[in-house]
Formats: sequence, C-alpha cells, structure tokens
Amino acid sequence: MEKRVTFHERWLPYLLVAPQMIITLVFFFWPSGQAIYQSVLIEDAFGGNSKFVFLDNFIHLFNDDSYFASVRLTVVFSFLVATIGLAVSLLLAVMADRVIRGATAYKAFLVWPYAVAPAVAGVLWGFLFNPSVGIVAWMLQGIGIEFNYVTNGNQALTLVVIAAVWNQISYNFLFFLAGLQSIPKSLIEAAAIDGAGPGRRFWDIIFPLLSPTGFFLLVINIIYSFFGTFGVVDALTKGGPGQATNILVYKVYNDGFRGQDLGGSSAQSVILMIVVIALTFVQFRFIERRVHY
Amino acid sequence: MTRILLSSVAAAAVLVSAQGAVAQTEIQWWHAMGGNLGEVVNDLAAGFNKSQSEYKVNPVYKGSYTETLTAAIAAFRAKQAPHIVQVFEVGTANMMAAKGAVYPVYQLMADAKEPFDPKSYIGPVYGYYSTTDGKLLSMPFNSSTPVLYWNKELLSKAGLDPNKPPKTWPELGEMAKKAVAAGAKCGFTPQWQTWTMIENYGAWHNLPYATKQNGFGGTDIELKFNDAPRVKFIQMLADWSKDKTFVYGGREGKSTALFTAGDCAFHIASSATASAIDKALGSDKFGMAMMPYSPDVAPKPQNSIIGGATLWVLQGRPAAEYKGVAKFLNYLASTPVQAKWHQETGYVPVTLAAAEVTAKDGFYKKFPGREIAVEELTLNPPTDNSKGLRIGNFVQIRDIVDSELENVWSGKKDAKTALDDAVKAGNEQLKRFEAANK
Repeated sequence: MEKRVTFHERWLPYLLVAPQMIITLVFFFWPSGQAIYQSVLIEDAFGGNSKFVFLDNFIHLFNDDSYFASVRLTVVFSFLVATIGLAVSLLLAVMADRVIRGATAYKAFLVWPYAVAPAVAGVLWGFLFNPSVGIVAWMLQGIGIEFNYVTNGNQALTLVVIAAVWNQISYNFLFFLAGLQSIPKSLIEAAAIDGAGPGRRFWDIIFPLLSPTGFFLLVINIIYSFFGTFGVVDALTKGGPGQATNILVYKVYNDGFRGQDLGGSSAQSVILMIVVIALTFVQFRFIERRVHY
Repeated sequence: MTRILLSSVAAAAVLVSAQGAVAQTEIQWWHAMGGNLGEVVNDLAAGFNKSQSEYKVNPVYKGSYTETLTAAIAAFRAKQAPHIVQVFEVGTANMMAAKGAVYPVYQLMADAKEPFDPKSYIGPVYGYYSTTDGKLLSMPFNSSTPVLYWNKELLSKAGLDPNKPPKTWPELGEMAKKAVAAGAKCGFTPQWQTWTMIENYGAWHNLPYATKQNGFGGTDIELKFNDAPRVKFIQMLADWSKDKTFVYGGREGKSTALFTAGDCAFHIASSATASAIDKALGSDKFGMAMMPYSPDVAPKPQNSIIGGATLWVLQGRPAAEYKGVAKFLNYLASTPVQAKWHQETGYVPVTLAAAEVTAKDGFYKKFPGREIAVEELTLNPPTDNSKGLRIGNFVQIRDIVDSELENVWSGKKDAKTALDDAVKAGNEQLKRFEAANK
C-alpha cells in the first residue's frame, strides 16, 4: 500500500496545480518582472520618454538619507507589530481556551476585527484618537496627555501600530487557539501531577508545542507588517507628520504614484521584495530548526 | 407563440440599433471635484449636452487630484485615456514634459478651427499654463488664490473691531494673541502651508521661489525659498506656536476644520474654501480680506499666484472626437458659464468678461469678499517672481517642504535648518527631473 499519493495519468497533477500556478504567474511573477524592468529605467509618468540607466536608481536610493530613515522606521515598526501582535493574541488565546461559559461569544467577538479592511481600521482608530472630535483623545486630555497624532510623530507611529496590531490579532488568535486545543490534555495533566504550576506548565509544555504555530505566525506577521499595513498608514497619516510613519511600502506608493517617479519607486519595490524573501529564507533556515513538530 | 416571441425580439433589436444610429460622440472628462463642487461640474456638463446634440460630455469623479492623475496615466498607458483630465497646478511641469501624451490647447483650437482669444483671459491665470511665448497649453478651469478669513465673533470677544482685518503680519500676530487671551483655542492656522506660507509669501513680497523665473526659463534650476525673509517668517510662526497664536492643523486642507469649528480666529486659505466656510459659520460671522504682508520685507504687496487645477487634453483618441473637446472647452470659457462657476464655487473666473458681468450683477455687493481673489491676482503686473511656478517633481518637493515645516512645528529643527534641508533635498529632485526629461 503506497503511502504517497500517486496519479495514473502523468498530466493530471499538472492540470490540478495549473490554476494556482497561473494565479501566481499573473499576480506575482509578472508584476515583479515589470517592477524589475522599470527599476532600471528613468521615465516620465506617461511612458513616452524612457531611458535605460542601469543601476542608477538603486545608487540614488543608497545615497538618500530619507530612504535609510524609512528603512530604520520599518524595522522598528515591524518588530513592534509582530511582537505585540503575537504576545497579545497568545494571551487572548490562552484565556479564551480556559473559558467554558459563553466561549462561542468570546471567540466571535475576537474574530470580528479581522473582517475589517485595513483602510477602515485606520479610519476607525483615526476617529477614536482624532484631536478635535475623538473620544479617546478627549479622555487622554482629561488625564493630562495632549494627544495629537497630526503633529506628533511618535504618537502617530503609536497609533498606526495599535491599528495594525488590532487588525491582525484575530488571525493570530485563531491559529493560537487551534494550536492550544490540539495539545493533548494528558500531557498537561501529567505535568500538573508532577507538581508544575501553571506558569511552568505553560513555558515548558504548551509554549514549545505551540512553536510550529508560533513560527508560522511570525513569518505571516512580519510579511503583514511589511506589506499589509499599507491601508492603515494611508487612511491614518499618509506617511506623516514629517516622515514619522513613512514605512517602506508606503514610500513605494508615495514616490511612485503621487510623485510619479516610477523608476525610483520600482527600485524600492525590488529592494523590499529581496528583503522579505531573504527574511523568510533566514527564518526557515535558522528558526525552523528550533521548532518542535 | 414562437412567432410572437421572435418578432418582438426582432423589434427590440431594431429599436436598440436605431438608438445606436444617432451616434452621439461621448467625451470623457475625468475630474477631482467632489461634494458640492462636483454637483456644479455636473451642471456645467449637462448645460453643454443640452445646448447641442452631436457630443455628450461625461464627467467622472475620480477622487483626489493625485488619484485622478494616476488613473489618467494608467489609462493612457493602456491606450484608454479620457479626452480631458483635470490636473492640479503642481503637475504642470510634469505634464508639459510628457512627450506625446498631451494635446496642447492652442494646437487643439487651431486644428479644430474653433475661435480662441488669449487676450480675454486674466493675466496670471493664463500665464501659469502657457509657454514663455504665450501659447496656451492647458485650459484654466478652477484657479484660486489664498485669502485671509477671520472669525468675527472671536475678534469681538477679544475687544477688537470685527470688521477691521489686519493688514500686516505684526498686526495679525497682535490680534491673534488677543483672541487667544480672550479664550480662542487658536489664533491663526494656514491651509496648504507650502502654497500659502512659502510660495505665495514669496510672490506677495516679490521674492523668487527658484532660479530662471521660478522655472519658466528651463529645467536646470535651483530652489531659492530659504531666503532670510522666509526663514524669519517661519521662525516667527514657530515662536507663535508656543502660546497657540499659531496652530498647525495638518497638511493640505485639514486645517480648515479648525476654522469652520469656530476654534481659530484667523485662517489663510484658498478663495475656493469660501463656500464651505459660509455653510459652516454663516455669511455674517466671517470676513474675507487680502493676505497680510510684512512691511519690513516689501513696502506693499506685489500680487499672488494661483493654485487649483486645469484641464489637459490627452492624445490617443480618434481625431474626429477632438472637435467636440474644443467646442466644450470654449463653452466652459464662455462668460455665462464662467460667471456661474465663479459665483457658485469661489474659484476665480478665468476671463475678464466673466468678472465684469459678476460685478455688474451686484454679486460682489451681496457677498463682499468674493472679489478679493481677483483683486489679489491683478494687484500689480506680475514680475518674474510672481508669474507662477513651473517646478518639476513638484509633488515630491512640496512633500519635502511639508515634512521640514512639520519638523519646525514639532520643535525638531529651527526654521533655517529646515528650509536649508528642504532646498537641498528639493534640488536633488530637480536634478532627477532634468535628467528624466532631457
């Protein structure tokens, strides 16, 4: 009895994979190829005057202070979004796991934020914290904190992080919850019988067994913080004030579509793609070793 | 049964094709006028469509100026360009440099054999969008210029005469301080700070924004807005922000919300914002006047420059359709249409005739202040520094200036460092524009 799946017709597996391959080709390889092509050109927006400039766009980026500022900002931003997102959703998942009454209600409420589009999430949090009409901003003023994310860069970044994390919590929560529920109760009971307290049980038994899920979510969250947070930034701050929330993916949009600098924007896009591919590769190579399956 | 069905299908087919035989040429007009401005736009197009039956103009609202331009570029590259697209004034240099994409208006009118008289247009409006030898490239549509708005109630509360606006910046500072002392949440806030506080401050005081007549004379230019008067001015505003005499309300048009909410005493904003302020505060609660000037920089104001947008005609459509485009552009520039557009929106009329008709109708007596915009633009014959701006990659340069000004307001940099840094980064953008368009 063969354990592997085999096909009698040789062309059947290719046919079954074809739809996904077509989608990947059209929506990933083709635009990426276009971006790589445009990154070695300088052209006017309408495409009438394009010149081949080899690696000039990249050299210009590496001499650009504002590009490196954006890189540093994106590193900080993605670290914050990934760690806060994973920590909070793990906490929520552990707590939701222990609930018996009303468990379905809690899970439903915790899953809803994921259905909110990133741009809408940005607008929502913008309203709550709006310096003139926002409820939370008003409450903060009541306890003496002047909250104005239009002029204060750090507050703007904080708000964008909160909105981005909020949007992603449900996704992480669902996976963590599923991971928790797949841990055999017998292991935990055995540890309890051996005298391990809840903390010990968590860190020595549950956490390692959650590591496949955790690793997967780490990869997803980092990619999300690099790319998926565009909507939140665009709706909330548009990269401002100053360059305080101008993360790399937003800078690509800003330079390319508002500034019509297609060559420079494509170069940034290519660099971003390489960085994320490298990050994912590093994660699989080194961190996956420590994941227990 | 089948016979009846077949014959009714045949009849329907004949009816449908009969509709097609009328063959009205559709002209696509992509614009960025939302809200009540968009309704006036639809009225204008409907008026043209009613006046003749050969062409049908279809106005489509595409979002902000940036979104509209991006959509037009994408459509052009896909060979599906609209006939007319509304582009903001900062895109002028980029549009002019787009080889093969743009159909200059003077050429369109000549090719379509439509009457066209350049002298009927208001000087600075026409000049901004023409070549140095006077050939009009795009059709001025909605031009505005910054004016001073003030909240009469907040001035009364401070013990000031609500009908006497400040004429100079020191006066405005004093009045704003008094208003804040009497309880106003903010003394003064500017709209579109790069346009009002840097570009127009320069033109108003006859200071250059860039070399080569602000870019009209070529693309190998450098920025000059970090001069001593503007450094002093921005530093003064930064000092004012310490006690809320000056409050920064955000980029572009965001600060108007502070004024319409009744929080701010003074607001320098586009003349086109008048209708929104009127709706929010009521026409007897606010005043409009010319922008203040700094007497230590210039003995009297020069003239202001326009903002807003124009209509560019794009290539790529069948030749016969462009006659309709030319007819429509002439319709838009006709006196009754321009007068209606000016009166209902607050934008400046682009022809002298429309301004005269509006004055004769007593409109300016009914709504005092609406003629201020035209007055500012025609205050003096424009000099090299006050004709307008033709800066490549202007969107990025404005973003850079916005960022640096925000660094000043948040206390991160002083005015001199910020403006010097802005000029340095802006010059880089200009070099790239020059390289891309050689």
